[in-house]
Amino acid sequence: MNLLNTFFNIPVFLNSLPQLLWGLVVTLQIGITSILVGLAGGLFLAVARLYAPAFFQVLIRIYIDIFRSIPLLVLLIVVYYALPFVGIRLSPFLSAVTALSLVSAAYTAEIFRAGIEAIPHGQFEASSALGLSGRSTMMDIILPQAIRIVIPPLTNNCINVMKDTALASVVAMPDLLKQATQAQALNANPTPLIGAALIYIALLWPMVAVVARLEKHYSRGKR
Amino acid sequence: MAKTTGPLISIRRLNKAYGTFTVLHDIDLDVAEGEVVCIIGPSGSGKSTLIRCINHLEAFSPDSTITVDGTRVAPGPALAKVRAEVGMVFQSFNLFPHMTVLRNVMLAPMRVRKASPEDAERKARELLARVGISEQAEKFPGQLSGGQQQRVAIARALAMEPGVLLFDEPTSSLDPEMVGEVLDVMRKLAGTGVTMIIVTHEMGFARQVADRVIFMDAGRLVEAGTPAEIFDNPREERTRSFLRAVLNH
Repeated sequence: MNLLNTFFNIPVFLNSLPQLLWGLVVTLQIGITSILVGLAGGLFLAVARLYAPAFFQVLIRIYIDIFRSIPLLVLLIVVYYALPFVGIRLSPFLSAVTALSLVSAAYTAEIFRAGIEAIPHGQFEASSALGLSGRSTMMDIILPQAIRIVIPPLTNNCINVMKDTALASVVAMPDLLKQATQAQALNANPTPLIGAALIYIALLWPMVAVVARLEKHYSRGKR
Repeated sequence: MAKTTGPLISIRRLNKAYGTFTVLHDIDLDVAEGEVVCIIGPSGSGKSTLIRCINHLEAFSPDSTITVDGTRVAPGPALAKVRAEVGMVFQSFNLFPHMTVLRNVMLAPMRVRKASPEDAERKARELLARVGISEQAEKFPGQLSGGQQQRVAIARALAMEPGVLLFDEPTSSLDPEMVGEVLDVMRKLAGTGVTMIIVTHEMGFARQVADRVIFMDAGRLVEAGTPAEIFDNPREERTRSFLRAVLNH
């Protein structure tokens, strides 16, 4: 068996392609759901950390620090295999989305906080002096500027979440990686794994390129 | 703004300290409706802090009182009312960089006064014309010169139809050739009867437009009087030495 037949076996690839594409759909479902939940959660945490009563600020800080410290794979296994012992039984999909969202929200919160803190104090003062409410100050003045600043790091975080969806395969989620390993076993040939790797790259390369462009764009000070 | 019998702004025993360092010491000041007051004094004398207390951008000692048109300035729901009545122009403009000039001027009336977008826009264009920058309405603040930006900031403050305008060193961060255009706008404003409190280093301007000039030093209100009294015949030695220093250079 030569290299081509082992890793780039066309019949095996075509045979497993439908399975891989189903896996891709699941990967996208997990990834996009987790990204959206993580973004909303992170934005909420960031604003609350800046403006909530001191007690909640401490809680939020602890949350952020814990979920930035815990390895995602450990969290995922805890959610899927440990929580049932206390009666919380989540499906593989929900387990994956929960673990990814909890961690993504923590990172996103830090990104948003940095963005909000990068806004000059004079913007807050001008808003106050005009009599704008706290809500309007955030929605009209601060967040629109902060979001522009944080688009590159946020996109980076989205890429990481997408990549980390592969961990869902350990909780029996039929995502792209899981489908690939199954197809590999079935065909006794690693070509589906190579196929999965290529699909991940095809999915994420454009996002990586976009981040690089955004970072270049913003570092030029263009707004 | 409703007519009141007393002064429009009343400041009583205003104290402020950062730790043990006193920034403002027992300031008493009344400003009548329509009055133009210029505050002069060396850097760090508390001039800016004083006017920033009037709209509570700076907190002050709780036993001090400031009232604006009868409303006490303190944290709480009444503060929004005070801030809507008190416009402010900053040294560093503080325009909203992500909005067009027009939108900068329209926003607060829409959000705070609940003006319709049509009314807010009509008013904003009127004000931009008044400060001489109608042609720049669709541009972003970053595309304007410093002098133009500060004139937009004045229009933005005026859009709320405030009873009082506070100016915190409005020309201090401008290139020298742009100071004149901003002072011209302010001079015109002073002629319209709006109450103005201006922290400034422009002595010629203060002499020309002020009804009253206040000299501050080291957190105290040292001397107040007409421009003629302060500039030509100051009573306090501290005032004399300051004026000597700034006028003879």
